[in-house]
Amino acid sequence: MEAQPRSRRETWRLLFLISPSFFWLVVFFLFPLLLVLGISFGQRGTYGGVRWDLTLDNYVRFFDPLYMRIFGRTVIIALVTTVICLLAGYPLAYFIATRPPGRRNAMLLLLMIPFWTNFLIRTYAWLLILRDQGIINILWTGALHSFLSQAATVVPLPIWEPLLEATAVSLKLFGTDGAIIVGLVYAWLPDMVLPCYAAVERLDYSLVEAAQDLYASRLKSFLRVILPLTMPGIVAGSILVFIPSLGAYVTPDLLGGAKSIMIGNVIYSQFMSARDYPFGSAVSFVLMAVMLIGTLVYFRMGAE
Amino acid sequence: MGTIEAGKRRRGRWLSRLLTVHGIVGYVFLYFPIIILVVFSFNASRYASGAWRGFSLEWYATLFSNEAIGVALKNTLVVAGVSTFVSTVFGTMVALAMERYRFWGKLAFDALLYLPIIIPDIAMAVMLLLFFVLGRARLSLVTIIISHVAFNISFVAVVVRARLAYFDISLEEAAQDLYANEWQTFRRVTLPLIMPGILGGALLAFTLSIDDFVITFFTSGPGSTTLPLRIYSMVKLGVTPEINALSSVMLLVSMGLVLLSFLLQKGGGQGIEIV
Repeated sequence: MEAQPRSRRETWRLLFLISPSFFWLVVFFLFPLLLVLGISFGQRGTYGGVRWDLTLDNYVRFFDPLYMRIFGRTVIIALVTTVICLLAGYPLAYFIATRPPGRRNAMLLLLMIPFWTNFLIRTYAWLLILRDQGIINILWTGALHSFLSQAATVVPLPIWEPLLEATAVSLKLFGTDGAIIVGLVYAWLPDMVLPCYAAVERLDYSLVEAAQDLYASRLKSFLRVILPLTMPGIVAGSILVFIPSLGAYVTPDLLGGAKSIMIGNVIYSQFMSARDYPFGSAVSFVLMAVMLIGTLVYFRMGAE
Repeated sequence: MGTIEAGKRRRGRWLSRLLTVHGIVGYVFLYFPIIILVVFSFNASRYASGAWRGFSLEWYATLFSNEAIGVALKNTLVVAGVSTFVSTVFGTMVALAMERYRFWGKLAFDALLYLPIIIPDIAMAVMLLLFFVLGRARLSLVTIIISHVAFNISFVAVVVRARLAYFDISLEEAAQDLYANEWQTFRRVTLPLIMPGILGGALLAFTLSIDDFVITFFTSGPGSTTLPLRIYSMVKLGVTPEINALSSVMLLVSMGLVLLSFLLQKGGGQGIEIV
Protein backbone atom coordinates (compact mmCIF):
# COMPACT_ATOMS: atom_id res chain seq x y z
CA MET A 1 0.00 0.00 0.00
CA GLU A 2 2.98 2.31 0.47
CA ALA A 3 3.96 4.23 -2.61
CA GLN A 4 6.09 7.15 -3.71
CA PRO A 5 4.03 10.31 -4.18
CA ARG A 6 3.09 10.21 -7.87
CA SER A 7 2.28 13.83 -8.63
CA ARG A 8 3.16 17.26 -7.31
CA ARG A 9 -0.25 17.31 -5.73
CA GLU A 10 0.50 14.14 -3.77
CA THR A 11 3.85 15.52 -2.68
CA TRP A 12 2.10 18.55 -1.25
CA ARG A 13 -0.41 16.32 0.50
CA LEU A 14 2.38 14.26 2.04
CA LEU A 15 4.08 17.44 3.29
CA PHE A 16 0.79 18.70 4.70
CA LEU A 17 0.17 15.45 6.58
CA ILE A 18 3.66 15.19 8.02
CA SER A 19 4.74 18.73 8.81
CA PRO A 20 2.73 19.43 12.02
CA SER A 21 4.05 16.30 13.76
CA PHE A 22 7.49 16.78 12.26
CA PHE A 23 7.66 20.36 13.51
CA TRP A 24 6.40 19.42 16.97
CA LEU A 25 8.72 16.45 17.43
CA VAL A 26 11.79 18.29 16.14
CA VAL A 27 11.23 21.45 18.22
CA PHE A 28 9.82 19.92 21.41
CA PHE A 29 11.54 16.55 21.42
CA LEU A 30 14.62 16.21 19.23
CA PHE A 31 16.02 19.66 19.98
CA PRO A 32 15.57 19.28 23.79
CA LEU A 33 17.19 15.83 23.51
CA LEU A 34 20.25 17.31 21.81
CA LEU A 35 20.22 20.16 24.34
CA VAL A 36 20.50 17.65 27.19
CA LEU A 37 23.36 15.93 25.40
CA GLY A 38 25.13 19.27 24.94
CA ILE A 39 24.59 20.42 28.51
CA SER A 40 25.91 17.13 29.87
CA PHE A 41 29.33 18.29 28.61
CA GLY A 42 28.96 21.73 30.22
CA GLN A 43 29.64 22.91 33.75
CA ARG A 44 27.51 24.08 36.59
CA GLY A 45 27.44 27.88 36.84
CA THR A 46 27.85 29.69 40.16
CA TYR A 47 24.14 30.38 40.54
CA GLY A 48 22.91 27.06 39.20
CA GLY A 49 22.93 27.97 35.50
CA VAL A 50 25.06 26.31 32.84
CA ARG A 51 28.59 27.34 31.82
CA TRP A 52 29.54 26.18 28.34
CA ASP A 53 33.09 25.00 29.01
CA LEU A 54 33.37 21.59 27.44
CA THR A 55 34.28 18.88 29.94
CA LEU A 56 33.82 15.17 30.56
CA ASP A 57 33.68 15.73 34.34
CA ASN A 58 29.98 14.92 34.61
CA TYR A 59 30.44 11.50 33.07
CA VAL A 60 33.54 10.83 35.18
CA ARG A 61 31.58 11.79 38.28
CA PHE A 62 28.95 9.20 37.38
CA PHE A 63 31.57 6.49 38.04
CA ASP A 64 31.87 7.61 41.64
CA PRO A 65 31.10 4.53 43.84
CA LEU A 66 28.11 6.36 45.33
CA TYR A 67 26.34 6.68 41.98
CA MET A 68 27.59 3.34 40.70
CA ARG A 69 25.98 1.63 43.70
CA ILE A 70 22.65 3.37 43.05
CA PHE A 71 22.88 2.54 39.35
CA GLY A 72 23.68 -1.11 40.07
CA ARG A 73 20.78 -1.34 42.49
CA THR A 74 18.47 0.25 39.90
CA VAL A 75 19.43 -2.32 37.26
CA ILE A 76 18.95 -5.20 39.74
CA ILE A 77 15.55 -3.91 40.88
CA ALA A 78 14.43 -3.53 37.26
CA LEU A 79 15.68 -7.04 36.39
CA VAL A 80 14.02 -8.67 39.42
CA THR A 81 10.78 -6.84 38.60
CA THR A 82 10.91 -8.09 35.00
CA VAL A 83 11.57 -11.69 36.04
CA ILE A 84 8.74 -11.69 38.61
CA CYS A 85 6.38 -10.12 36.07
CA LEU A 86 7.31 -12.81 33.55
CA LEU A 87 6.94 -15.72 35.99
CA ALA A 88 3.58 -14.40 37.22
CA GLY A 89 2.35 -12.83 33.98
CA TYR A 90 2.98 -15.63 31.49
CA PRO A 91 0.86 -18.26 33.29
CA LEU A 92 -1.81 -15.60 33.84
CA ALA A 93 -1.81 -14.82 30.10
CA TYR A 94 -2.00 -18.55 29.36
CA PHE A 95 -4.89 -18.90 31.79
CA ILE A 96 -6.84 -16.06 30.16
CA ALA A 97 -6.14 -17.29 26.63
CA THR A 98 -7.44 -20.78 27.38
CA ARG A 99 -10.85 -19.58 28.69
CA PRO A 100 -13.97 -19.53 26.50
CA PRO A 101 -14.13 -16.33 24.35
CA GLY A 102 -16.85 -14.54 26.34
CA ARG A 103 -15.13 -14.97 29.67
CA ARG A 104 -11.80 -14.13 28.03
CA ASN A 105 -13.01 -10.63 27.09
CA ALA A 106 -14.36 -10.02 30.58
CA MET A 107 -11.00 -11.07 32.05
CA LEU A 108 -9.08 -8.77 29.71
CA LEU A 109 -11.37 -5.94 30.73
CA LEU A 110 -10.68 -6.72 34.40
CA LEU A 111 -6.98 -6.66 33.62
CA MET A 112 -7.21 -3.22 31.97
CA ILE A 113 -9.06 -1.46 34.78
CA PRO A 114 -6.17 -1.26 37.29
CA PHE A 115 -3.85 -0.54 34.37
CA TRP A 116 -5.81 2.56 33.32
CA THR A 117 -6.08 3.80 36.89
CA ASN A 118 -3.85 6.70 37.84
CA PHE A 119 -0.30 5.57 38.53
CA LEU A 120 0.07 7.65 41.69
CA ILE A 121 -3.12 6.19 43.11
CA ARG A 122 -1.98 2.64 42.42
CA THR A 123 1.30 3.33 44.19
CA TYR A 124 -0.43 5.13 47.03
CA ALA A 125 -2.61 2.05 47.61
CA TRP A 126 0.53 0.05 48.34
CA LEU A 127 1.74 2.76 50.70
CA LEU A 128 -1.45 2.18 52.72
CA ILE A 129 -0.78 -1.55 52.77
CA LEU A 130 2.95 -1.59 53.46
CA ARG A 131 3.71 1.34 55.75
CA ASP A 132 4.43 0.94 59.46
CA GLN A 133 0.83 1.75 60.44
CA GLY A 134 -0.50 0.08 57.27
CA ILE A 135 -2.97 -2.74 56.69
CA ILE A 136 -0.44 -5.57 56.99
CA ASN A 137 1.01 -4.22 60.21
CA ILE A 138 -2.42 -3.56 61.72
CA LEU A 139 -3.21 -7.23 61.16
CA TRP A 140 0.26 -8.33 62.27
CA THR A 141 0.46 -6.45 65.57
CA GLY A 142 -3.31 -6.36 66.15
CA ALA A 143 -5.38 -9.34 65.10
CA LEU A 144 -2.55 -11.87 64.80
CA HIS A 145 -0.89 -10.79 68.04
CA SER A 146 -4.09 -11.01 70.11
CA PHE A 147 -4.98 -14.34 68.49
CA LEU A 148 -1.58 -15.72 69.43
CA SER A 149 -1.75 -14.47 73.00
CA GLN A 150 -5.17 -16.09 73.41
CA ALA A 151 -3.89 -19.31 71.92
CA ALA A 152 -1.00 -19.16 74.39
CA THR A 153 -3.38 -19.02 77.36
CA VAL A 154 -5.43 -21.95 76.04
CA VAL A 155 -2.57 -24.24 75.03
CA PRO A 156 0.63 -23.36 76.87
CA LEU A 157 3.49 -24.32 74.58
CA PRO A 158 7.02 -22.88 74.34
CA ILE A 159 6.54 -21.95 70.64
CA TRP A 160 4.24 -19.00 71.47
CA GLU A 161 6.95 -16.94 73.14
CA PRO A 162 9.04 -16.07 70.02
CA LEU A 163 5.87 -15.66 67.92
CA LEU A 164 4.42 -13.20 70.41
CA GLU A 165 7.65 -11.28 70.47
CA ALA A 166 7.76 -11.12 66.69
CA THR A 167 4.20 -9.86 66.35
CA ALA A 168 4.67 -7.28 69.12
CA VAL A 169 6.62 -4.99 66.79
CA SER A 170 5.54 -3.95 63.31
CA LEU A 171 7.26 -5.37 60.25
CA LYS A 172 9.68 -3.18 58.36
CA LEU A 173 8.16 -3.30 54.87
CA PHE A 174 8.02 0.34 53.83
CA GLY A 175 11.28 1.86 52.66
CA THR A 176 12.85 -1.37 51.43
CA ASP A 177 13.86 -2.55 47.95
CA GLY A 178 11.18 -5.22 48.36
CA ALA A 179 8.49 -2.55 48.68
CA ILE A 180 9.74 -0.87 45.49
CA ILE A 181 9.68 -4.19 43.63
CA VAL A 182 6.12 -4.95 44.79
CA GLY A 183 5.03 -1.50 43.62
CA LEU A 184 6.74 -1.90 40.24
CA VAL A 185 5.37 -5.41 39.66
CA TYR A 186 1.90 -4.16 40.49
CA ALA A 187 2.28 -1.23 38.13
CA TRP A 188 3.67 -3.13 35.14
CA LEU A 189 2.21 -6.65 35.37
CA PRO A 190 -0.49 -5.93 32.73
CA ASP A 191 2.30 -4.73 30.39
CA MET A 192 3.68 -8.27 30.54
CA VAL A 193 0.35 -10.09 30.41
CA LEU A 194 -1.07 -8.34 27.33
CA PRO A 195 1.71 -9.16 24.81
CA CYS A 196 2.05 -12.70 26.22
CA TYR A 197 -1.70 -13.13 25.91
CA ALA A 198 -1.61 -11.96 22.29
CA ALA A 199 1.14 -14.51 21.55
CA VAL A 200 -0.56 -17.43 23.32
CA GLU A 201 -3.89 -16.62 21.72
CA ARG A 202 -2.36 -16.73 18.23
CA LEU A 203 -0.70 -20.06 19.00
CA ASP A 204 -1.73 -22.86 16.66
CA TYR A 205 -2.66 -25.52 19.19
CA SER A 206 -2.55 -28.32 16.63
CA LEU A 207 1.26 -28.02 16.73
CA VAL A 208 1.20 -28.81 20.46
CA GLU A 209 -1.09 -31.78 19.80
CA ALA A 210 1.26 -32.97 17.09
CA ALA A 211 4.16 -32.86 19.55
CA GLN A 212 2.17 -34.84 22.08
CA ASP A 213 1.12 -37.39 19.47
CA LEU A 214 4.82 -37.92 18.88
CA TYR A 215 5.16 -38.78 22.58
CA ALA A 216 6.67 -35.49 23.70
CA SER A 217 6.06 -35.01 27.42
CA ARG A 218 4.10 -31.97 28.60
CA LEU A 219 7.29 -30.27 29.72
CA LYS A 220 9.03 -31.02 26.44
CA SER A 221 6.14 -29.83 24.27
CA PHE A 222 6.05 -26.65 26.34
CA LEU A 223 9.81 -26.01 26.09
CA ARG A 224 10.16 -27.02 22.43
CA VAL A 225 6.88 -25.82 20.93
CA ILE A 226 4.86 -23.39 23.05
CA LEU A 227 7.74 -21.36 24.47
CA PRO A 228 9.55 -20.68 21.15
CA LEU A 229 6.28 -19.81 19.40
CA THR A 230 5.27 -17.31 22.09
CA MET A 231 8.77 -15.81 22.39
CA PRO A 232 7.85 -12.55 20.59
CA GLY A 233 5.25 -11.86 23.29
CA ILE A 234 7.74 -12.60 26.05
CA VAL A 235 10.34 -10.28 24.48
CA ALA A 236 7.85 -7.45 24.00
CA GLY A 237 6.47 -7.85 27.53
CA SER A 238 9.93 -7.90 29.10
CA ILE A 239 10.93 -4.69 27.35
CA LEU A 240 7.66 -3.02 28.32
CA VAL A 241 8.34 -3.87 31.98
CA PHE A 242 12.11 -3.38 32.12
CA ILE A 243 12.27 0.09 30.55
CA PRO A 244 9.82 1.92 32.82
CA SER A 245 11.21 0.07 35.86
CA LEU A 246 14.71 1.29 35.03
CA GLY A 247 13.52 4.90 34.81
CA ALA A 248 11.14 4.68 37.76
CA TYR A 249 10.82 7.77 39.90
CA VAL A 250 7.40 7.78 41.60
CA THR A 251 7.53 4.22 42.96
CA PRO A 252 10.90 4.51 44.77
CA ASP A 253 9.96 8.01 45.90
CA LEU A 254 6.73 6.88 47.58
CA LEU A 255 7.56 3.32 48.65
CA GLY A 256 11.35 3.43 49.01
CA GLY A 257 11.42 6.16 51.63
CA ALA A 258 14.64 8.08 52.14
CA LYS A 259 17.03 5.12 52.03
CA SER A 260 16.05 3.08 48.99
CA ILE A 261 16.57 5.31 45.97
CA MET A 262 16.96 4.61 42.28
CA ILE A 263 18.62 6.45 39.42
CA GLY A 264 15.39 8.32 38.66
CA ASN A 265 15.54 9.92 42.11
CA VAL A 266 19.15 11.00 41.47
CA ILE A 267 18.08 12.77 38.26
CA TYR A 268 15.16 14.35 40.07
CA SER A 269 17.29 15.74 42.88
CA GLN A 270 19.94 17.10 40.49
CA PHE A 271 17.27 19.18 38.77
CA MET A 272 14.93 20.02 41.62
CA SER A 273 17.18 20.49 44.65
CA ALA A 274 20.90 20.45 43.74
CA ARG A 275 20.28 22.52 40.57
CA ASP A 276 23.24 20.83 38.92
CA TYR A 277 21.79 20.68 35.41
CA PRO A 278 24.95 19.39 33.65
CA PHE A 279 25.38 16.42 35.98
CA GLY A 280 21.63 15.66 35.93
CA SER A 281 21.76 15.76 32.12
CA ALA A 282 24.71 13.36 32.05
CA VAL A 283 22.91 10.89 34.32
CA SER A 284 19.73 11.02 32.22
CA PHE A 285 21.75 10.53 29.07
CA VAL A 286 23.45 7.45 30.50
CA LEU A 287 20.00 6.12 31.48
CA MET A 288 18.65 6.66 27.97
CA ALA A 289 21.72 5.08 26.35
CA VAL A 290 21.56 1.99 28.58
CA MET A 291 17.88 1.61 27.79
CA LEU A 292 18.26 1.97 24.05
CA ILE A 293 21.18 -0.46 23.93
CA GLY A 294 19.29 -2.91 26.14
CA THR A 295 16.24 -2.72 23.89
CA LEU A 296 18.26 -3.25 20.71
CA VAL A 297 20.19 -6.21 22.14
CA TYR A 298 16.98 -7.78 23.39
CA PHE A 299 15.24 -7.39 20.05
CA ARG A 300 18.25 -9.00 18.32
CA MET A 301 18.10 -11.92 20.75
CA GLY A 302 14.36 -12.27 20.19
CA ALA A 303 14.80 -12.18 16.42
CA GLU A 304 17.22 -15.10 16.43
CA MET B 1 -1.24 -48.69 28.65
CA GLY B 2 -4.64 -47.46 29.79
CA THR B 3 -3.17 -46.58 33.17
CA ILE B 4 -0.41 -44.46 31.61
CA GLU B 5 -3.00 -42.49 29.64
CA ALA B 6 -5.08 -42.05 32.79
CA GLY B 7 -2.02 -40.90 34.70
CA LYS B 8 -1.24 -38.35 31.98
CA ARG B 9 -4.78 -37.08 32.05
CA ARG B 10 -4.77 -36.81 35.83
CA ARG B 11 -1.55 -34.82 35.72
CA GLY B 12 -3.10 -32.60 33.04
CA ARG B 13 -6.11 -31.90 35.24
CA TRP B 14 -3.81 -31.14 38.13
CA LEU B 15 -1.85 -28.67 35.99
CA SER B 16 -4.96 -26.91 34.75
CA ARG B 17 -6.19 -26.59 38.35
CA LEU B 18 -2.86 -25.04 39.30
CA LEU B 19 -3.28 -22.61 36.40
CA THR B 20 -6.75 -21.67 37.63
CA VAL B 21 -5.47 -21.06 41.15
CA HIS B 22 -2.69 -18.91 39.70
CA GLY B 23 -5.26 -16.92 37.70
CA ILE B 24 -7.37 -16.29 40.78
CA VAL B 25 -4.34 -15.26 42.84
CA GLY B 26 -3.30 -12.91 40.01
CA TYR B 27 -6.63 -11.13 39.96
CA VAL B 28 -6.74 -10.92 43.76
CA PHE B 29 -3.30 -9.28 43.64
CA LEU B 30 -4.54 -6.77 41.05
CA TYR B 31 -7.73 -5.86 42.91
CA PHE B 32 -6.74 -6.13 46.58
CA PRO B 33 -5.07 -2.66 46.80
CA ILE B 34 -7.92 -1.03 44.89
CA ILE B 35 -10.57 -2.56 47.13
CA ILE B 36 -8.61 -1.47 50.21
CA LEU B 37 -8.65 2.13 48.92
CA VAL B 38 -12.38 2.16 48.26
CA VAL B 39 -13.26 0.49 51.57
CA PHE B 40 -11.16 2.90 53.61
CA SER B 41 -12.61 5.92 51.80
CA PHE B 42 -15.86 5.13 53.67
CA ASN B 43 -14.17 4.70 57.05
CA ALA B 44 -15.09 7.26 59.71
CA SER B 45 -11.57 6.98 61.21
CA ARG B 46 -9.27 9.97 60.82
CA TYR B 47 -6.46 7.67 59.69
CA ALA B 48 -6.14 6.62 56.07
CA SER B 49 -5.59 2.97 56.97
CA GLY B 50 -6.85 3.00 60.57
CA ALA B 51 -9.20 0.54 62.29
CA TRP B 52 -12.83 0.51 61.16
CA ARG B 53 -14.82 3.23 62.96
CA GLY B 54 -18.07 2.90 61.03
CA PHE B 55 -19.43 3.94 57.66
CA SER B 56 -19.11 7.63 56.77
CA LEU B 57 -19.32 9.89 53.73
CA GLU B 58 -17.39 12.60 55.56
CA TRP B 59 -14.29 12.32 53.34
CA TYR B 60 -16.32 12.71 50.18
CA ALA B 61 -17.92 15.82 51.68
CA THR B 62 -14.51 17.38 52.49
CA LEU B 63 -13.26 16.36 49.05
CA PHE B 64 -16.07 18.10 47.18
CA SER B 65 -15.74 21.26 49.28
CA ASN B 66 -11.97 21.40 48.68
CA GLU B 67 -11.39 24.33 46.35
CA ALA B 68 -7.77 23.49 45.54
CA ILE B 69 -8.91 20.14 44.16
CA GLY B 70 -11.57 21.86 42.06
CA VAL B 71 -8.92 24.11 40.50
CA ALA B 72 -6.60 21.14 39.93
CA LEU B 73 -9.44 19.21 38.28
CA LYS B 74 -10.16 22.12 35.95
CA ASN B 75 -6.46 22.40 35.01
CA THR B 76 -6.26 18.66 34.39
CA LEU B 77 -9.28 18.70 32.08
CA VAL B 78 -7.97 21.73 30.15
CA VAL B 79 -4.55 20.11 29.65
CA ALA B 80 -6.01 16.70 28.74
CA GLY B 81 -8.69 18.17 26.45
CA VAL B 82 -6.42 20.48 24.46
CA SER B 83 -3.48 18.08 24.22
CA THR B 84 -5.76 15.20 23.21
CA PHE B 85 -7.37 17.27 20.46
CA VAL B 86 -4.08 18.53 19.02
CA SER B 87 -2.27 15.21 19.23
CA THR B 88 -5.21 13.29 17.77
CA VAL B 89 -5.34 15.55 14.70
CA PHE B 90 -1.56 15.57 14.20
CA GLY B 91 -1.14 11.89 15.06
CA THR B 92 -3.86 10.78 12.63
CA MET B 93 -2.37 12.91 9.85
CA VAL B 94 1.10 11.52 10.33
CA ALA B 95 -0.27 7.96 10.58
CA LEU B 96 -1.95 8.38 7.18
CA ALA B 97 1.30 9.67 5.69
CA MET B 98 3.42 6.89 7.19
CA GLU B 99 1.09 4.09 6.06
CA ARG B 100 0.50 5.43 2.55
CA TYR B 101 3.74 6.96 1.32
CA ARG B 102 7.36 6.12 0.91
CA PHE B 103 9.70 9.11 1.09
CA TRP B 104 13.27 10.15 1.69
CA GLY B 105 14.29 9.90 5.37
CA LYS B 106 11.23 7.88 6.33
CA LEU B 107 13.18 5.41 8.46
CA ALA B 108 14.74 8.21 10.53
CA PHE B 109 11.39 9.90 10.96
CA ASP B 110 9.86 6.59 12.02
CA ALA B 111 12.51 6.29 14.74
CA LEU B 112 11.81 9.86 15.89
CA LEU B 113 8.11 9.01 16.03
CA TYR B 114 8.68 5.96 18.24
CA LEU B 115 11.29 7.50 20.54
CA PRO B 116 8.88 9.41 22.85
CA ILE B 117 7.16 6.08 23.62
CA ILE B 118 10.39 4.31 24.50
CA ILE B 119 12.15 7.04 26.48
CA PRO B 120 11.48 6.97 30.26
CA ASP B 121 9.28 9.84 31.39
CA ILE B 122 11.88 11.21 33.79
CA ALA B 123 14.34 11.71 30.89
CA MET B 124 11.71 13.40 28.75
CA ALA B 125 10.69 15.58 31.70
CA VAL B 126 14.29 16.73 32.21
CA MET B 127 14.74 17.50 28.51
CA LEU B 128 11.64 19.65 28.36
CA LEU B 129 12.42 21.46 31.61
CA LEU B 130 15.87 22.43 30.33
CA PHE B 131 14.42 23.50 27.01
CA PHE B 132 11.83 25.75 28.64
CA VAL B 133 14.16 27.14 31.31
CA LEU B 134 16.99 27.96 28.88
CA GLY B 135 14.44 29.36 26.43
CA ARG B 136 13.20 31.59 29.26
CA ALA B 137 9.63 30.38 28.82
CA ARG B 138 7.30 30.94 31.74
CA LEU B 139 6.22 27.53 33.06
CA SER B 140 2.43 27.33 32.93
CA LEU B 141 -0.45 25.29 31.55
CA VAL B 142 0.86 26.10 28.06
CA THR B 143 4.21 24.41 28.67
CA ILE B 144 2.40 21.38 30.14
CA ILE B 145 0.15 21.14 27.08
CA ILE B 146 3.13 21.44 24.69
CA SER B 147 4.86 18.60 26.54
CA HIS B 148 1.79 16.36 26.60
CA VAL B 149 1.28 16.82 22.85
CA ALA B 150 4.95 15.89 22.35
CA PHE B 151 4.44 12.40 23.80
CA ASN B 152 0.81 11.87 22.77
CA ILE B 153 1.36 12.33 19.01
CA SER B 154 3.37 9.11 19.01
CA PHE B 155 0.78 7.08 20.91
CA VAL B 156 -2.08 8.26 18.67
CA ALA B 157 0.00 7.54 15.56
CA VAL B 158 0.72 3.97 16.70
CA VAL B 159 -2.96 3.19 17.39
CA VAL B 160 -4.22 4.75 14.13
CA ARG B 161 -1.50 3.01 12.10
CA ALA B 162 -2.56 -0.35 13.55
CA ARG B 163 -6.05 0.38 12.25
CA LEU B 164 -4.80 1.56 8.84
CA ALA B 165 -2.77 -1.61 8.41
CA TYR B 166 -6.05 -3.53 7.97
CA PHE B 167 -7.49 -0.94 5.62
CA ASP B 168 -8.74 -2.24 2.29
CA ILE B 169 -7.48 0.32 -0.26
CA SER B 170 -9.89 -0.95 -2.95
CA LEU B 171 -12.74 0.72 -1.04
CA GLU B 172 -11.15 4.11 -1.77
CA GLU B 173 -10.61 3.16 -5.39
CA ALA B 174 -14.26 2.14 -5.66
CA ALA B 175 -15.33 5.54 -4.32
CA GLN B 176 -13.13 7.32 -6.86
CA ASP B 177 -14.45 5.14 -9.67
CA LEU B 178 -17.87 6.45 -8.65
CA TYR B 179 -16.61 10.01 -9.23
CA ALA B 180 -16.04 10.98 -5.59
CA ASN B 181 -13.30 13.61 -5.39
CA GLU B 182 -10.39 13.18 -2.99
CA TRP B 183 -11.97 15.10 -0.15
CA GLN B 184 -15.27 13.23 -0.51
CA THR B 185 -13.42 9.91 -0.56
CA PHE B 186 -11.59 10.81 2.63
CA ARG B 187 -14.63 12.23 4.39
CA ARG B 188 -17.12 9.50 3.40
CA VAL B 189 -14.95 6.37 3.13
CA THR B 190 -11.55 6.61 4.80
CA LEU B 191 -12.48 8.60 7.89
CA PRO B 192 -15.49 6.47 8.97
CA LEU B 193 -13.48 3.29 8.50
CA ILE B 194 -10.54 4.41 10.63
CA MET B 195 -12.74 6.22 13.18
CA PRO B 196 -12.53 3.45 15.84
CA GLY B 197 -8.73 3.72 15.64
CA ILE B 198 -8.82 7.52 15.94
CA LEU B 199 -11.19 7.38 18.91
CA GLY B 200 -9.09 4.67 20.52
CA GLY B 201 -5.98 6.80 20.06
CA ALA B 202 -7.74 9.86 21.45
CA LEU B 203 -8.91 7.92 24.49
CA LEU B 204 -5.40 6.63 25.10
CA ALA B 205 -3.98 10.15 24.77
CA PHE B 206 -6.61 11.51 27.17
CA THR B 207 -5.87 8.81 29.74
CA LEU B 208 -2.09 9.27 29.47
CA SER B 209 -2.52 13.01 29.88
CA ILE B 210 -4.72 12.72 32.98
CA ASP B 211 -2.39 10.09 34.38
CA ASP B 212 0.92 11.84 33.82
CA PHE B 213 2.75 13.04 36.87
CA VAL B 214 6.49 13.20 36.16
CA ILE B 215 6.50 15.25 32.94
CA THR B 216 3.76 17.56 34.23
CA PHE B 217 5.64 18.07 37.49
CA PHE B 218 8.78 19.25 35.67
CA THR B 219 6.99 21.50 33.19
CA SER B 220 4.43 23.12 35.52
CA GLY B 221 4.75 26.49 37.16
CA PRO B 222 2.95 28.27 39.99
CA GLY B 223 -0.81 28.14 39.48
CA SER B 224 -0.77 25.26 37.03
CA THR B 225 -1.27 22.40 39.46
CA THR B 226 -3.03 19.37 37.98
CA LEU B 227 -4.80 16.58 39.82
CA PRO B 228 -1.81 14.17 39.91
CA LEU B 229 0.41 16.96 41.26
CA ARG B 230 -2.22 17.68 43.91
CA ILE B 231 -2.44 13.99 44.88
CA TYR B 232 1.34 13.80 45.08
CA SER B 233 1.64 16.74 47.44
CA MET B 234 -1.24 15.40 49.54
CA VAL B 235 0.49 12.03 49.87
CA LYS B 236 3.81 13.72 50.66
CA LEU B 237 2.34 16.01 53.31
CA GLY B 238 0.66 13.16 55.13
CA VAL B 239 -1.73 10.42 54.25
CA THR B 240 -5.36 11.35 54.97
CA PRO B 241 -8.65 9.57 54.23
CA GLU B 242 -9.51 12.41 51.84
CA ILE B 243 -6.98 10.97 49.36
CA ASN B 244 -8.81 7.63 49.63
CA ALA B 245 -12.04 9.36 48.60
CA LEU B 246 -10.32 11.19 45.72
CA SER B 247 -8.69 7.94 44.59
CA SER B 248 -12.03 6.12 44.61
CA VAL B 249 -13.65 8.82 42.48
CA MET B 250 -10.76 8.71 39.98
CA LEU B 251 -10.97 4.93 39.96
CA LEU B 252 -14.62 5.15 38.96
CA VAL B 253 -13.75 7.56 36.14
CA SER B 254 -10.99 5.31 34.77
CA MET B 255 -13.32 2.29 34.92
CA GLY B 256 -15.74 4.25 32.75
CA LEU B 257 -12.95 5.10 30.30
CA VAL B 258 -11.83 1.46 30.04
CA LEU B 259 -15.39 0.32 29.39
CA LEU B 260 -15.74 3.01 26.73
CA SER B 261 -12.54 1.98 24.98
CA PHE B 262 -13.59 -1.66 25.14
CA LEU B 263 -16.92 -0.88 23.49
CA LEU B 264 -15.12 1.20 20.84
CA GLN B 265 -12.77 -1.66 20.06
CA LYS B 266 -15.68 -4.08 19.87
CA GLY B 267 -17.52 -1.76 17.52
CA GLY B 268 -14.42 -1.73 15.36
CA GLY B 269 -14.52 -5.50 15.10
CA GLN B 270 -10.96 -5.94 16.36
CA GLY B 271 -9.52 -7.45 19.49
CA ILE B 272 -7.78 -5.30 22.05
CA GLU B 273 -5.09 -3.25 20.38
CA ILE B 274 -4.48 -0.57 22.95
CA VAL B 275 -1.58 -1.36 25.21
